[in-house]
Amino acid sequence: MTAIPPGLETLDFRFAGTRAVPAFAPVLVGVVGSGNLEVMLEPGDGGDCAVHVQTSARGFAPVWQAVLDDFHHRHDLAGVRVSINDMGATPAVVSLRLDQAVRELQP
Amino acid sequence: MDRINLDTKARDRAARIGAAREALGTRLTGKQVETDAIVDLLHAVLKPGDRVCLEGNNQKQADFLAKALVRLDPARIHDLHMVQSVLALPEHLDVFERGIASQLDFSFSGPQGARLAKLLSGGRVRIGAIHTYLELFSRYFVDLTPKVSLIAAHAADAQGNLYTGPNTEDTPAIVEATAFSGGLVIAQVNERVPDGTPLPRVDVPADWVDFVVQAPTPNFIEPLFTRDPAQISEIQVLMAMMAIKGIYAEYGVQRLNHGIGFDTAAIELLLPTYGESLGLKGRICRHWALNPHPALIPAIEAGWVESIHSFGSELGMEDYIRARSDVFFTGPDGSLRSNRAFSQAAGHYACDLFIGSTLQMDLLGNSSTATLGRIAGFGGAPNMGADARGRRHASPAWLKAGEEARSHRSGAAATPRGRKLVVQMVETFREHMQPAFVERLDAWELQRQAGMDLPPIMIYGDDVTHVLTEEGIANLLLCRNDEEREQAIRGVAGYTAVGLGRDRRAVEQLRERGVIRRPEDLDIDPRDATRNLLAARGMRDLVRASGGLYRPPKRFRNW
Repeated sequence: MTAIPPGLETLDFRFAGTRAVPAFAPVLVGVVGSGNLEVMLEPGDGGDCAVHVQTSARGFAPVWQAVLDDFHHRHDLAGVRVSINDMGATPAVVSLRLDQAVRELQP
Repeated sequence: MDRINLDTKARDRAARIGAAREALGTRLTGKQVETDAIVDLLHAVLKPGDRVCLEGNNQKQADFLAKALVRLDPARIHDLHMVQSVLALPEHLDVFERGIASQLDFSFSGPQGARLAKLLSGGRVRIGAIHTYLELFSRYFVDLTPKVSLIAAHAADAQGNLYTGPNTEDTPAIVEATAFSGGLVIAQVNERVPDGTPLPRVDVPADWVDFVVQAPTPNFIEPLFTRDPAQISEIQVLMAMMAIKGIYAEYGVQRLNHGIGFDTAAIELLLPTYGESLGLKGRICRHWALNPHPALIPAIEAGWVESIHSFGSELGMEDYIRARSDVFFTGPDGSLRSNRAFSQAAGHYACDLFIGSTLQMDLLGNSSTATLGRIAGFGGAPNMGADARGRRHASPAWLKAGEEARSHRSGAAATPRGRKLVVQMVETFREHMQPAFVERLDAWELQRQAGMDLPPIMIYGDDVTHVLTEEGIANLLLCRNDEEREQAIRGVAGYTAVGLGRDRRAVEQLRERGVIRRPEDLDIDPRDATRNLLAARGMRDLVRASGGLYRPPKRFRNW
């Protein structure tokens, strides 16, 4: 396991999805910069959509839960691992990056 | 003065001019005062308790006269009552700290807001009221008429005629109120033209001016309305797409005013790209009450804009304006003639839409830019962002909004009339995850702290017609009661506590009725909202679009 820089908060979420994505090459959108974030999608194990978040903004777990609930509601992905490196992006930017990443999913 | 209803004001004025002549001697020639005699002049013409207008607005500053005022001897001149639109410079508050002035009526205090709050709690200043620009100008002609006005112009001729240059701004309103009520007008100028040389144009005739002094340095002007397109975010592009498609096109908005900020700059930069792709050219955004926003250059160049009347000018836009005199209001000399009072009236009565940002909005739609510990004031937004109850001429946008507003009303409120579109455009979170939507505005606490009569609300909820966020547009005109209004606001408040506290079923019902519209309801895919849609993506693009005529101030040039 990689060392987590001090100040960062790590959050993990798991959603049971029904829309299995055929094999795809990893997708990376966004950049790690102030007010922005990086989202990576990779093929995951099993039928779940697992989301791993590292964020510089501590104390927003309920907001992440709500943002990711809605993301899951929109796309219902299965077999996808989502990694997020966040530098204090607003929920609007997070949702946009997630949707952009899903659009890039190519079998 | 034993009587004040005959000609005491005229005699008082003559006496003060006489006192100035005596005090200055050869340092006064006609109306021309030597630069280093300014403090003596002010000592001679001012009296304790005078009402003084120090021209300071949100761009042009009579900074030399402000500095001179601070140098007065408080034993001789004290308890002045300052009436001015903006407190922008430190000197504007130094006069209170030094005991030269004690009473204040103003409109906006942006950069000095925190210090003003401290002076107020320390008892160094008494605030009469905080106004909008038009309101304060109006009171200049009723019960806040200045005895002495200290103004700024670009140039004067030997007789004392003044040329203001593009930043005419508040000057005509101030001078009119002062010169025709037995008051005195003192002007600082950047230059004096030699005898016999005509001014480019006369903005203020010499017989309305009593004294002219050349300032050692040109008056300060703030480039307040320049927004670097490089800083516009994708979310702002998305919101701009929604504004254009969901509001401007929907109502056919031809005449409008934009507030200051990146949100509205994004709209301006999307007109020639996204707006064009929707076939909206000529159907929206033809006439503006607006400062010369550099961000509007691409739309002007693409032929979208027929006219712009401006409150003030903008640094670097002078040559561009001169070359686009079809669009801007310019004098026979070619330079812009701005006028804050007329442009505010134009924005209030002749525009169908105002769109601007705010810092906080509550569940009633009241919005405020007030923050704790700062007394910021109002400026012009409340006049732009309020229904013009005295308006009687119709336009399609105004009629459609009026129809929606009264569709669920009865009695007097259902009488046919139009309605101004007042749009509040806010991202649900500001920087540092500060929510824009709150249960209770900070304005209430500020009212308590500062002992104000009313909470400083910028735009009242019952004037707001649409709330636009990245999550959608809430059309408050269609809300039939306060409960619906609350859910409509919660329904676009995103992941803020207010947004998460929504009644999901009620919000879905509002969406079915078209009260709330999401980007997908407008056939907008947020993923298409990229910076590539901006007609200019940086300052350099704006310069290029202007054919090199726009010359941004140095701090905006990074190439």
